[in-house]
Amino acid sequence: MRSGYFVTHLKKDLQLEWRSKDAINSMLFFALLVVVLFSLAFDPTRAVSRQIAGGILCVATMFAAVSALNQAWARELRNQVLDALRMTPAPAASLFLGKTLANFLFVMVVEVVLAPVFVMFYNLHALGNAWLLVLVLPLGTWALIVNGVFFAALSIRTRNRELLLPLILFPIFIPALLGMVMSATAILTGEGDAVLWIKMLGAYDVIFTTVCMMLFEVILHAE
Amino acid sequence: MTSIIAECEEVSKLYGTFAALRKVSARLERGRCYLVLGENGAGKSTLLRTLAGLLRPSYGKVRVFGAEGQAEDPMEARERIGYMSHATMLYDEFSGVENLRYFASLYRGRDCVTPEEALRSVGLDPELPRPVGQYSQGMKQRASLARVLISRPELLLLDEPFSNMDIGSAHQMLRLLETFRTEHRTIVLTTHQRELAEPLADFVLTLQAGAVVSLEEGPYTKRGALTLGATEAAGSVR
Repeated sequence: MRSGYFVTHLKKDLQLEWRSKDAINSMLFFALLVVVLFSLAFDPTRAVSRQIAGGILCVATMFAAVSALNQAWARELRNQVLDALRMTPAPAASLFLGKTLANFLFVMVVEVVLAPVFVMFYNLHALGNAWLLVLVLPLGTWALIVNGVFFAALSIRTRNRELLLPLILFPIFIPALLGMVMSATAILTGEGDAVLWIKMLGAYDVIFTTVCMMLFEVILHAE
Repeated sequence: MTSIIAECEEVSKLYGTFAALRKVSARLERGRCYLVLGENGAGKSTLLRTLAGLLRPSYGKVRVFGAEGQAEDPMEARERIGYMSHATMLYDEFSGVENLRYFASLYRGRDCVTPEEALRSVGLDPELPRPVGQYSQGMKQRASLARVLISRPELLLLDEPFSNMDIGSAHQMLRLLETFRTEHRTIVLTTHQRELAEPLADFVLTLQAGAVVSLEEGPYTKRGALTLGATEAAGSVR
């Protein structure tokens, strides 16, 4: 029954984005711009690329995602839709999970488009197990989005919410960012233990998803 | 015996140092229509939002559906309350029927009105593909009321339901509200158009600076619908 509510919210968010394409377009252009500008600014060699590529990809995704996360609750705020949702018997956690998964999918779409461009601009060839990137990117992205959606909801009633969100989100995201960058670098250079960092990312995701889901009801019904 | 569907006991609501409601006490009976009047900033919307459980009173108590033996916090009984605000509370990007389908699916397992029925009852065409954002103001109000009707609420809290409506649409909405009375639903509505809504009202409650300044019997009661229970309830408003 509860998963039904979650699917309803997810479907609604996907439909809304499909019609407007606001979040995906803005994220995609921003992330592409960051990747291209970095490659032009540093003109890295293949060896240097392997060292810095993980960090650049993560930071590009992070900044791009924040632009979308700032708008994550905008549609619910516009016509007081959030109040209508608060009046329904649907559990708050299902609303949160639906919104998180929808935003996660939007960012994943951007990453999938970004990846070949990234490989091309930075002339990348992984020396480690490249398939591990398939774990690193979703885990790191989930860490960013789960916190981002939660803190975006927390800051919706504040005046400077666009400024407040990165101020709260980035410090909380640092352990996951570190895990993401270190594991990506380990995979690309073939040095270091990527699996250890991936496990840390997984643990981070479990902890923060649980905490955010538990606290979301308080945030949703706060005045 | 009349049953009390909602009760405010010395309710005050403070925003910082500003008192939006000051010691408001009222008992609302099942099947009655209450018209809440007052100037802008008198506390009408705050009173409705408090009854809806969207705001917690700073002081005092609000109980809903208490007459049924279980005094409930409005926060826990929200699904039995229909609240219509100044805003549409609908997604601009969805059509009327898409919005209502979404909200209806959040009341799963309940005896809901179908989205198509709800839209027809307020005089809107469910087949209309236009997104709500492109509706006229009057159509938005009607779509908003249709959303409220979806869950068959026992207590309807309508904040300015006739604003921006032409007279024909307003009368159509009044007729619809009258049918709710016959279904023993309680209606609390705020408006600046007293003459329009008054014929429907059992009681007219006037707020000024957050306090109740008067409670009069409405024309509907005067026409003979007043009971002893209602008089007692009316007397309890301070």
